Amino acid sequence: MEHYVPILVYALVAISFPIIALLMAKVVRAGSPDPVKAEPYECGVKTNTVAFDTRFSIRYYLIAVLFVIFDVETIFLFPWAVSFDRLALFGFIEMMVFLAILLVGYVYAWRRGALEWA
Amino acid sequence: MWVDAAVIGIKLVAVVGVLLMTVPIMVWVERRGSALIQDRLGPNRVGPAGLLQPFVDAIKLLIKENLIPAGVDKLLFVLAPTIALVVALSLFIAVPFAVDDGLELVETPIDGFIVAPDLNIGILYIFAIASLAVYSIVLAGWGSNNKYALLGGIRASAQTISYRLAMTLSVVGVIMAAGSLHLTQVVTSQSGVWLGFLPRWNFLIQPLGGIIFIVAAFAETNRLPFDLAEADSELVAGYHTEYSSMNFAAFFMSKYIHMVTSAALITVLFFGGWQIPWISLPGGWMGAGLSLGVFSAKVVFFLWLFVWVRWTLPRFRFDQLMALGWKIMLPLAVLNFLWVGVAMASGILT
Repeated sequence: MEHYVPILVYALVAISFPIIALLMAKVVRAGSPDPVKAEPYECGVKTNTVAFDTRFSIRYYLIAVLFVIFDVETIFLFPWAVSFDRLALFGFIEMMVFLAILLVGYVYAWRRGALEWA
Repeated sequence: MWVDAAVIGIKLVAVVGVLLMTVPIMVWVERRGSALIQDRLGPNRVGPAGLLQPFVDAIKLLIKENLIPAGVDKLLFVLAPTIALVVALSLFIAVPFAVDDGLELVETPIDGFIVAPDLNIGILYIFAIASLAVYSIVLAGWGSNNKYALLGGIRASAQTISYRLAMTLSVVGVIMAAGSLHLTQVVTSQSGVWLGFLPRWNFLIQPLGGIIFIVAAFAETNRLPFDLAEADSELVAGYHTEYSSMNFAAFFMSKYIHMVTSAALITVLFFGGWQIPWISLPGGWMGAGLSLGVFSAKVVFFLWLFVWVRWTLPRFRFDQLMALGWKIMLPLAVLNFLWVGVAMASGILT
């Protein structure tokens, strides 16, 4: 556990640095607020919608779902990779079966066009 | 006890100091390097060869007015750059950058001085913390109340998670070869020779994994062939369009610190860390100094690679980027660790 003490100290340093920097900037910086300056950066014409209403492609959502599935797979791979030497042939074949099942899902997603972007 | 505390203190100050000093130096290298590549002069007025330019820029950013546009989610807007900087700073601590066998200070053995928190789950720590970086991008994009920022933020997060997959999968082969998640052991596993004469660097054993990791590192740091999140020509400045003053500087610094960490990780995972091919390092303080020098030289090379690529290659289109990540790099990364598995099982790689 004592390995994590430096990590903790370091995390405190890492968290306090941006806070101190931002506060310092707050003290020294110039500022003359103006409603025109506070407009969102766009084309110069008065904006009539808020950005949160902007539509974006549903594919981003699909990508996120695919990521969750495949990321869980990598979590399974890590302990397997660490003990690969000890697991010998049985472990290797076991992982091949696991990957084969995943491959079916990957090919399905590909064939259904989940990886296309158009 | 006091020596331990002092050792941790010195190390923390050194790491934070070096990391923060690398930012202005890298900005200078980037600007002078781009000028060199594009046959211009670059900044050359402030200080010798323009070296002081980044410091002047930092002071300028510090005293600039901070614009917070109307309609932003103020909490998220301020939280995003803070997260970016905290994550970038926290990553480097887990990277081992020199040997530290048998070091002594005032006759107290201080093993693990240089590689302070020698985490036995170093790789996991780095991937876990690095994945928090996407929050800063999403929150900045969402909190800014700006259409460019929103699109940039969504793009960046989709890109980051797509390439994170290939990145983690490409490291599986390295873990198999080292038999450990311990980054120091990853480096020591790359000592000696392979097939009689090749240095046992992971890049030579599994070039596919190395290339995938380097490409993914470019995507992770949002640098040029993959800087879709910023894409100046279409999205103004992407997720940090609305940021100014120190808030912008926080994003800017975190980007460069990420670059340093990525270069260090490429060195540790695939290029033998502090090892010199065919030569074994001496012990004690000399070995520590020498290994630190070798490690720094490799990191500097990869930092230059980042700059070099940025000013050489054009930007990818978004569909090309996603296709590269999902259809090419992901299967190839799986193929890479299958190759390592076969090589280890058949005794080519012992």
